[in-house]
Amino acid sequence: MPEPEILIRAHDLTKRFGDFVAVAGIDFELRRGEAFGFLGPNGAGKSSTMRMIGCVSPPSEGELSIFGMDPVTDGPAIRARLGVVPQEDTLDVELTVRENLLVYGRYFGLPRAVIAERTGSLLDFVQLAERAGDHVEPLSGGMKRRLTIARSLINDPEILLLDEPTTGLDPQARHVVWDRLFRLKQQGVTLILTTHYMDEAEQLCDRLVVMDRGQIAAEGSPRDLIDRYSTREVLELRFAVSDHELAADKVGQIPAERIEVLADRILLYVDNGDAAMAAARGVGLEPITSLVRRSTLEDVFLRLTGRRLEDG
Amino acid sequence: MAVRALESWLVNYRRTWRGSIYSSLLSPVLYLSAMGLALGKLVDQHATTNLGGFSYLAFLAPGLMAASAMQTGVDESLYPVYTAVKWQKTYMAAAATPLRPGDIYRGHILFTLLRLTMNMTIFLAIMAAFGAIKSAWAVACLPVAVLTGLSFAAPLDAFAVTRQKTDQAFALIFRFGMIPLFLFSGTFFPITQLPAWIRPVAYATPLWHGVALCRALSLGTAGLVGGLGHISYLLIIVALGLLAGQRAYRRRLHV
Repeated sequence: MPEPEILIRAHDLTKRFGDFVAVAGIDFELRRGEAFGFLGPNGAGKSSTMRMIGCVSPPSEGELSIFGMDPVTDGPAIRARLGVVPQEDTLDVELTVRENLLVYGRYFGLPRAVIAERTGSLLDFVQLAERAGDHVEPLSGGMKRRLTIARSLINDPEILLLDEPTTGLDPQARHVVWDRLFRLKQQGVTLILTTHYMDEAEQLCDRLVVMDRGQIAAEGSPRDLIDRYSTREVLELRFAVSDHELAADKVGQIPAERIEVLADRILLYVDNGDAAMAAARGVGLEPITSLVRRSTLEDVFLRLTGRRLEDG
Repeated sequence: MAVRALESWLVNYRRTWRGSIYSSLLSPVLYLSAMGLALGKLVDQHATTNLGGFSYLAFLAPGLMAASAMQTGVDESLYPVYTAVKWQKTYMAAAATPLRPGDIYRGHILFTLLRLTMNMTIFLAIMAAFGAIKSAWAVACLPVAVLTGLSFAAPLDAFAVTRQKTDQAFALIFRFGMIPLFLFSGTFFPITQLPAWIRPVAYATPLWHGVALCRALSLGTAGLVGGLGHISYLLIIVALGLLAGQRAYRRRLHV
């Protein structure tokens, strides 16, 4: 098998804002064709990392090479080959859908004829073709996000950067966006995305790093990370508020690889959830609800950082 | 590259150009009728040597032209730039493309130049229609007024792009910056009417230089040395503004 082509190399990459360290010396590599994720809570340093990769934020320290070039000196040449979907919408809401793509395509110096041609196929791709002449302002959040994705593809980028691509969208709109991103991935577009949704990371990423407080806590494929840092199954127990404390004392008697006592429930990391449930009954525990499920990246994150993803 | 950034402003302007031209036509007509003709009649009845023997209309019109350039310069800088960086964040979108912050800045400056040229051409034509022009040199009022407008727009772009939280400062600029300048920079009366101690303040403002030179050109009283002095002053302000803008855009868009 040929060596995968490395598109981005970061070594000891650091970003400081005054005294605040947003990114504290991280290392990673991005290979052509993969979907690579930064998973972590808000404030973990994901967006700062993305902005450095996007060449709109000079690194404070460390090395960063994109397409073999230096983002500080070759910013325009690198940005010409990137597509960026920022966390917040940056569309021109007073213009039409089509005009947004026109203006953005012109930023890349693309001829109008090329932009017109790509606009047709891109709007088809994000299912906005019938809204081409409409103003952006009244579009739904999901439509705006899809338009932003179409816009980011106007220059036929080699790497697509997506900063929290579905944050703030309703579940249905999220699934539409995921579907489009999955198709892009299948077309061979290299993706980098940040997310604090573990299901998003599991669905889209071939490989990801878990980020926390500016550092990388672990790296691997979603499956690999779950195998390494969690058990096959998880037993979730929920007790009446009055019983929660007592139960927290008693669960120690159940054989489990690891036990997490959260504010509202207790998680038991085990190979066999049903057996653990039987053991819980055996020591006299009476949960209001119980659930046996497979381990997720959320469990990995909890294990690595002691906190939950949405805690931030 | 700056031309690519200019295009985005032009695509937006396509939507609003009609309304903007109507107001560019209406405003000078109203001012020149009310102040130049009506108030001017009263002033001319008590004609003094202070106006150099010219009618009040001929005195007022070129001053208003320079003041109107300031107005255009301020209008095109503060809110449009703040909208692009804060409300709509279209500057952030542009910064993710090959454009550099300086290109994004110069694109907006080019658009401001275009708007100033349009408005000042209209103003000059209306002055001519009112018979307020006394010399062929008045044609040169066009570049001078454009330069005057730019001496406000270039530094105010820099100011607007660095506003992080609110646009409150803009109301202060309008109220305590633009209105006093409009009233006391020689637009409506010769600056010699002001107490001597405050005159140096007027001399320091770019608007006074624009007013003085436009007036001298329109009345045909311009001298070479004085003219070059005014132009040099305006050019220096514009150059400093451009440097500040280049720096401010870089610091704001490449954090």
